[in-house]
Amino acid sequence: MTAAVLPWVIGAFVIALLLSLGRLLRGPTAPDRILALDTMYVNAMALLVLIGIELDSALYFEAALVIAMLGFVGTVALAKHVARGRIID
Amino acid sequence: MTTPPPFELPLWADALIATLLVVGALATLLGAYGLARFSQFYLRVHAPTKATTLGVGGVLLASAIWFGVRGGTFLPRELLITLFVFLTAPVSAHLLIKAALHLARLKDGSLPK
Repeated sequence: MTAAVLPWVIGAFVIALLLSLGRLLRGPTAPDRILALDTMYVNAMALLVLIGIELDSALYFEAALVIAMLGFVGTVALAKHVARGRIID
Repeated sequence: MTTPPPFELPLWADALIATLLVVGALATLLGAYGLARFSQFYLRVHAPTKATTLGVGGVLLASAIWFGVRGGTFLPRELLITLFVFLTAPVSAHLLIKAALHLARLKDGSLPK
């Protein structure tokens, strides 16, 4: 059951990534683009976890953890840069 | 060289993992569709932050069950990411809305309707 469903789930996440990429390219404001990047890193992380299930390997977990942490820091830095003009206060 | 036979999941784990994956995929797809289609930023920020959290939570839970049943011991490392995402997604959404409000007030000095 899982093996039959998994390609469709991966396809759904890829479509979600493409929709977010469209918002990233279209804008129109800076927070829109940051929000699209935020969604994209979360989706990419889930995609890595799905590939880990598909290939039956636990290696992808560490990469997903690193993406989760760096993505959050990046989103916070970009949002603070837009709101205040500086990142560290 | 012979490949080992594929691992057979028990039926309950198979059904549970498949359900979690499908629910997660549908939620993520809805969130991304809302992000692409809604008309205002304050609507757009609403869709992916909630739906993606549910979607990623489902996928990570499915992965935890998969590797737990597969390896025999339940070592929920995926729950670490789940906890982290659930903690950080509201914080980043809050910061984004603050940034958008700041930009709106710089532009015409008024708050959004």
